Amino acid sequence: MLKIEDLWVDIHGKEVLRGINLHIGRGETHCLFGKNGSGKTTLLMTIMGFSGYEIKQGRISFKGQDITKTPLNERSAMGAGLLFQRPPTLRGVKLKDMLAVCRRGKDDSGLAEQLAVKYGFDRFLEREVNLGFSGGEIKKSELLQLLAQNPDLTLLDEPESGVDIENLQIIGDMIRKLLQKDIHRNRQKSGLIITHTGFILNYVAADRGHVMLDGQIYCQGNPLEIFEGIQKYGYEECVRCRQ
Amino acid sequence: MSSVTHEENMKKPVSQGGDEALIRRFSPASQAEPLKNAELLEKDEVEKLKDTGFDLSGEGRSGTFLMANCGVTKCACGGVRGVELMPVTEALKKYGWLKEYWWQLVEADKDAFTKETERGLDNGYFIRALPGERIVYPLQTCLYIRSDNTAQRVHNIVIAEEGSELHVITGCATHPHLTSGLHIGVSEFYVKKGAKIVFTMIHNWGEDVYVRPRTGVRVEEDGVFLSNYITLKGVKSIQTYPVAYLTGTNALARFNSVIVAPKGSHIDTGAKVVLEAPGAKSEIISRTISYGGRIIARGHLVGLAKGVKAHLECQGLILSEEGVIHAIPELEAHVADVDMSHEAAVGKIAKEEIEYLMARGLSEEEATSTIVRGFLNVEIEGLSKELNEELKSIATEGQKGM
Repeated sequence: MLKIEDLWVDIHGKEVLRGINLHIGRGETHCLFGKNGSGKTTLLMTIMGFSGYEIKQGRISFKGQDITKTPLNERSAMGAGLLFQRPPTLRGVKLKDMLAVCRRGKDDSGLAEQLAVKYGFDRFLEREVNLGFSGGEIKKSELLQLLAQNPDLTLLDEPESGVDIENLQIIGDMIRKLLQKDIHRNRQKSGLIITHTGFILNYVAADRGHVMLDGQIYCQGNPLEIFEGIQKYGYEECVRCRQ
Repeated sequence: MSSVTHEENMKKPVSQGGDEALIRRFSPASQAEPLKNAELLEKDEVEKLKDTGFDLSGEGRSGTFLMANCGVTKCACGGVRGVELMPVTEALKKYGWLKEYWWQLVEADKDAFTKETERGLDNGYFIRALPGERIVYPLQTCLYIRSDNTAQRVHNIVIAEEGSELHVITGCATHPHLTSGLHIGVSEFYVKKGAKIVFTMIHNWGEDVYVRPRTGVRVEEDGVFLSNYITLKGVKSIQTYPVAYLTGTNALARFNSVIVAPKGSHIDTGAKVVLEAPGAKSEIISRTISYGGRIIARGHLVGLAKGVKAHLECQGLILSEEGVIHAIPELEAHVADVDMSHEAAVGKIAKEEIEYLMARGLSEEEATSTIVRGFLNVEIEGLSKELNEELKSIATEGQKGM
C-alpha cells in the first residue's frame, strides 16, 4: 500500500527527516511512537503532500505508484486520508458541507451521518467546522469526514489527544470502522497511527510499531511490546538498544 | 471633472465628502423617461432586480415600492394593516408633523450630495409601522436607475412607532445595459421605544455608477435597529457611513456588511454608532473581499454613558495582488465604565485552510471558492430562514465569474 524509501525532508531549510524507510502492506495498521519534535507529524504531512515539506531525497510510493511529486488533492483522490491533530477553523463552512466534499464522486451510503446520529454528534453537522469544537469533538468531526471520504490508507495524527476516557471508546470504534477491524480476511484498509500515549492501542489493534527519534526510525516490532518498553525504560532505552 | 480629483476626494474622510463636479456630470432623473408601470420592465431587468431581493410578484412581502428614475412606478401595501407605505412627497403633504423627522438625523448641508438632494429631490419612500404593530412579512423597496448617465436623488423616512416591528428589504440597482449613473440616497430611521427595525439593503450597480447613501438612525429606549448591507457586484464607487444615535436606555444597533469589490471598484464603507444612554449596545461587523478593488472598512464606536457594550469586527480577504483593504476601527470612550472592543484581520486565505480542503479531495481553486463562499455565508439576524436562503443564493450567484 505504502512504501517509503530513504526519505529526507527539510522544513524551512532545517533537516527534520533523515532517511526514513517504511513499508505498510494492504490491510495493515502500523503505529508510530516518538517524543514530541521527533518528526512524526512531518512524516505524515509529507506522505499526504502538504506544502512546506521539502523532499531532499528518497521516494514515496502509494499503491505501486511513485507519488513523491503528486499534488495533495490527487493523493487524496488516490485514496489517502489524514486525521488532522489541529485542523483549521473554516468560517461559514458547516460540517455537513465538509462531509459532502469528502464523499464527492464516491458511492456513499450516508454512513457518516448514521454514525453521527449513533454517537449523538448529529447536531454538530450544522456547526461551522472546528469553530469552538473541544478536543474530542474535533476528533469526531475528523473521523466522520474520513468515514465519508473512505480512504484506503488513513494517516492518524494523535487521534487520542485531548479526548476524555468516555469519548476514547467512541473514537476507537470509529477508527476500527475506518480500518475495517471488523473484517479479518482480505482486509483492504491500511492505517498509520501516531500515538504519544499509546492509549489508542487499547481500542485499535496494530500490526506493527515503529519508534521515531530525531528524524529516524530506531526500532520496529510488535507495537504492544515496544510500547511496554517505552513505558518501562523511556525512549533513551531505544537509543541505547540501537547503539 | 478629472478622475484624479475624484480619487483625491475619495481619500478624504467621509465627513468631508462632497463633489459638485461629479453631480454635474449627470443629468437629473427628472429629465429621464419615467416608467409608467412595472409590467413594462424587460425580463433581464426583472432578473437583475431579483438579485437584490426585490421580487416583483410581491409574494411573501407586506408591501412593494418601486422607484424608477424619478418616478414612483409601484407603491402598494396589499391591504396589510398597521403599516403605511407611500411616496415621501405624498407623505410630506399628508402629514404636517413629518417636518419634525425631515433632515433631522442627516444634515441637509452636510455635503454636496445632501445639498443636491434637498435642492432637487426626485422622491423616496415613507414607511411607518403604527404603535404596537408587528409587521410579519418584510416590505420591499427598490430604487432603480433605468436611464444612462442619470442622477437619482432620493430621501427616505422610516419610522417604527412605539412597540412596533418592521422589516424592510431595499434593492438598489441600475438597468442591466446601463453603465453610468449617480445614486444619492438620504435615509432617516426612527426607532421608537421598544420598537424594532430590520433593514436589509442589497446593491447591484453598474461598473461606472457612483453611489452616495447618507443615513442617520435614532434608537430610543429598548429599541433595536439591525442593518444588513450587501454589495457583491462591480461599481465605480460607493461611499457610505451611516450614523446611529442610541439615545434611550438599552437601545441596540447592529450593522452587518458583506462587501465584494471587483477590480475597478472603490468602496468606502462603515458605520458610526454613538452610545448615549446607559446599557446601550452595538456591533459593527464587516466581511470584505477584494478581487482587485479598493475597500475602506470603517467603524467608529463612541461610548458616552455607563454600562455600554460595543464591539467592532472587520475581516477582509484579498484575493488579487492589486486589491487593497484598509480597515479603520475606532473606539472612543468618554466614561470609564464601558465594555468596548475591536478585532480586525486582513489578508489572503490561510494556506492551511486551503490544504485542509485539498486533503479532502478539492483542487486548489475549488478549495478557495469553498472558503470564500463560507466567508460570505453570514447568517443574517432578524431575517426569516427563507430570506436567508434567498440571500445565500444571491451571494453564491454573485461569486460566479469572479
